[in-house]
Amino acid sequence: MDSITQGFIKAFGLIVHLDAELIGIILLTFEVSGVALLLSVIGGVPAGAATGLARFPGRGFVISVMNTLTGLPPVVVGLFVYLLLSRSGPLGFMGLLYTPSAMVIAQTVLALPIVAALCHSAVVAVDQAVRQAAVSLGATPFQTIITIIREARYGILSAVIAAFGRVMAEVGAILIVGGNIAGSTRVMTTTIALETDKGNFELALALGTILLALSFAINAVLHIVQRRGGVHA
Amino acid sequence: MSLRLIASQISKSYGGRPVLRGCSFSFEGGTTYVLTGPNGSGKSTFLRICALLEQQDGGEVRYFSGDQEMPRDMALRRRITLVLPQVGVFNTTVFKNVAYGLAVRGTKRHELKERTMNALAFVGLDTKRDQRALTLSSGETKRLGIARALAIEPEILFLDEPTASVDQENTEIIEGIITRLKQQHGRTIIITTHDAGQADRLADRKLVMKNGKIEEYAKK
Repeated sequence: MDSITQGFIKAFGLIVHLDAELIGIILLTFEVSGVALLLSVIGGVPAGAATGLARFPGRGFVISVMNTLTGLPPVVVGLFVYLLLSRSGPLGFMGLLYTPSAMVIAQTVLALPIVAALCHSAVVAVDQAVRQAAVSLGATPFQTIITIIREARYGILSAVIAAFGRVMAEVGAILIVGGNIAGSTRVMTTTIALETDKGNFELALALGTILLALSFAINAVLHIVQRRGGVHA
Repeated sequence: MSLRLIASQISKSYGGRPVLRGCSFSFEGGTTYVLTGPNGSGKSTFLRICALLEQQDGGEVRYFSGDQEMPRDMALRRRITLVLPQVGVFNTTVFKNVAYGLAVRGTKRHELKERTMNALAFVGLDTKRDQRALTLSSGETKRLGIARALAIEPEILFLDEPTASVDQENTEIIEGIITRLKQQHGRTIIITTHDAGQADRLADRKLVMKNGKIEEYAKK
């Protein structure tokens, strides 16, 4: 019990004194997760909106695949991305393995289906009467699509926040493709795993506390967004 | 030149069940028509097809300005509008809901504000301009739908069951709005209702639909 208390005290000290190693790890975490989230939004929002708005052959299959991919096991994604980027893999010539870029790729593979599937649900949930009202009031097909996406904005924002939560908490895939190299690919979750293994609980606890605070903040924002959108969680 | 609408031999089926069976009528400009008839007689389907919101299986919907037939394009669609029984409220303020039709037409800000406020005042919602539209009562929501349509000053205004699911007080308010609208020169209003009394109160010309056809036509 004493060691846990001591660990928390030291962790608090690291946070208060803005420990350089701690700050470096946090910044890299935000950089990797931020870029992965951005790519997921760029790909996922149009994909979700398209499957929600358009009718095309194979749409049901695409939606099923999209929903299935939301539950991808991170270590499996890590394994596939590793095989793709490894020296003997098809993308090995790019030399991305054990770099932040590889971590971004793995996180994007995990987050993009979440953004797409939740955006699809948000767009589909927009009342058909809203679409008919837009058309009846003289909106062009493009203006109608924009109107529907705007009506789904709270659901889309929820999708983005949910995906951010996923990438921030991710450990398995990025550990495999990033290698957890100090000062290069070491992020919050992988550091917690490593430091716990080594018995250095101070840094692990400090990062764990920050990660928990972030998780709480993300959920609080999600709750506010859902309330504003009239979706009471 | 006011728009005329000619519907010829309109037929429509849903899942093999015929709803409209060769429905025809010629709507002249500047008149208020009320389509009445029992539930399932095809009133709303006929209205949606006439308002170009739904495609018929057979027959033709043609619009004329004078003797000239209008192409079925965006320009024509922007001269008419339909207020549906379910208004389809946008998740924003009352003002932005009513301004929507003007915004998609690229109306200048000053004119947009003036016409939106006029439409809101016409239906008695001007004091609620900044309220979120989703918080309005059902009667107010119906009035919002009418204000949204009025803001764009359509030449033909279709109102599908404008007082369905509305209390007596709001029914009277909405009927009052429609009566004042009728006094505006040149506008054609086509209303559906299953309330025969309302049809008598509002119609210049009353049409009775039965089994997917217009079976009776009476001048008031």
